[in-house]
Amino acid sequence: MSIDKDTAAKVAKLARIKVEEDQLEALAGEFNAVLGFIEQLNEVDVEGVEPMVSVTPMRLKRRQDVVTDGGMQDKILSNAPDAREGFFAVPKVVE
Amino acid sequence: MGDLNKLTIAEARDKLRAGDVTSLELTEACLNAIDGAGALNAFVHHTPEIAREQAMAADERIAKGDAPAMCGIPLGIKDLFCTKGVPSQAASKILDGFKPEYESTVTQNLFDAGSVMLGKLNMDEFAMGSSNETSVYGNAVNPWRRGNDDAALTPGGSSGGSASAVAADLCLAATGTDTGGSIRQPAAFTGITGIKPTYGRCSRWGIVAFASSLDQAGPMTKSVRDAAIMLEAMCGHDPKDSTSADLPVPDFEALLTGDIKGKKIGIPKEYRMDGMPDEIEKLWTDGAEMLRDAGAEIVDISLPHTKYALPAYYVIAPAEASSNLARYDGVRYGHRARLAQGDGITEMYEKTRAEGFGHEVQRRVMVGTYVLSAGFYDAYYNRARKVRTLIKRDFEEVFAQGIDAILTPATPSAAFGLGEMSEADPVAMYLNDVFTVTVNLAGLPGVAVPAGLDKQGLPLGLQLIGRPWEEGDLLNLAYALEGAAGFVEKPGKWW
Repeated sequence: MSIDKDTAAKVAKLARIKVEEDQLEALAGEFNAVLGFIEQLNEVDVEGVEPMVSVTPMRLKRRQDVVTDGGMQDKILSNAPDAREGFFAVPKVVE
Repeated sequence: MGDLNKLTIAEARDKLRAGDVTSLELTEACLNAIDGAGALNAFVHHTPEIAREQAMAADERIAKGDAPAMCGIPLGIKDLFCTKGVPSQAASKILDGFKPEYESTVTQNLFDAGSVMLGKLNMDEFAMGSSNETSVYGNAVNPWRRGNDDAALTPGGSSGGSASAVAADLCLAATGTDTGGSIRQPAAFTGITGIKPTYGRCSRWGIVAFASSLDQAGPMTKSVRDAAIMLEAMCGHDPKDSTSADLPVPDFEALLTGDIKGKKIGIPKEYRMDGMPDEIEKLWTDGAEMLRDAGAEIVDISLPHTKYALPAYYVIAPAEASSNLARYDGVRYGHRARLAQGDGITEMYEKTRAEGFGHEVQRRVMVGTYVLSAGFYDAYYNRARKVRTLIKRDFEEVFAQGIDAILTPATPSAAFGLGEMSEADPVAMYLNDVFTVTVNLAGLPGVAVPAGLDKQGLPLGLQLIGRPWEEGDLLNLAYALEGAAGFVEKPGKWW
């Protein structure tokens, strides 16, 4: 499986990372180096093997479905690059 | 009161309790050492005011008696830990200016025990790297050099700043995190001790997430005893991390008897790699010999899926990273790109992430995106998770045969030069973790112990891998190995 320039562009788009057109060829090359390394996994017989879900078998803890905190709008907004009137501000989403 | 920064935790604790020294004196000695060590670029955010305040509080507590072992001990904290009101940016531009409104559980546990924070430590960006060269702060530098050669060497990664700081006596110990070897490889490269506990021992809450099913915090220290003392203070059940184990935390230090008679130590044949340097091979053989002389039984074992650990890791870790790092979108914290006229929200995400993430992080996020994308999920991600099951099963089988721990080299080489790997393809750098990554995939505890010097005078480490939750037994084996190896060398001060 070899990744071409178009696939590299598609992956960058899915990852929401802007990659300049003239960088795509090099990026595809790097993907192929990593994926070539990963291809070794095809040698392993995994017939009937369960994919690992949790490395330490444990039952997840449960708790009451209740509100345990809140009322910290200032704290939540304190690190925002742009916060106005108690909200996160972003460019217009809907025309 | 010279050289207080060179003390171990155990020595400092005893002196503090005896009233021979105060935490403030220890702290000032470390702050001085840090001020003189800019060339190492280990500390990247300095918190002297917090340190002095914590030291004075610790001194009051010690004066009243009944202070815990970590009380008054000055530490460095890896930049991956969220520390309230103090920059915590995982060595990434995308978290530029981020000051958490909360404290990570591990640092809170250490502060509750009375420990002192000197500042935040350099690391690879988002803990992705093995040489500390992907950091937005620039490279951390290894205090060790090859003989009289003044070429700058890597302290390893991702916990490179932690390793450099402890080896250069800028602090008594440091926190690290380990996703594929990020505590053990830098510990080995700098001649210090580092333990990654069993997955679930330390809470991950408040530690910037890289690959959640693999990440674990642990101590990086000047001795095995210190590792035992500090690990105990770091771990414990935390309701805020659903994978945190609700198990009692033993007194690890009390388990350091040095008696390892009758312990069965496995030597896995698959770790004998082609092209392994003779010095590493000899170190490994010598280490096995030392454990045998101390009364352990050495047994040849097989872990047949070892070869597939790194490829499985480079599917699973990027997949989890691509998901975890989706949160860095320029909306809630950190960097946001300057937008052009007419740019919408998609352009904001794409430009912010292109500017904010470094090259290695971008590559891993995109590899992760690819292996999780429609049509490839089964071929890559599910297959890697099945291989992970087989890797864990290999370990379960040898433990079921009565093996208590496994001895391997910690790294395939000594520390290399900064910039030496820049032309290599990414896979060459990934091979640094060949001996450590299996341990993360299987969720096991692993400890790196310095065991000797190579021909060029650089430290080399051995790794011991233990049964799940048996860090106490593992540390005792490491303690016996440390005693037999007698590694006491320190880097000559050039900085």
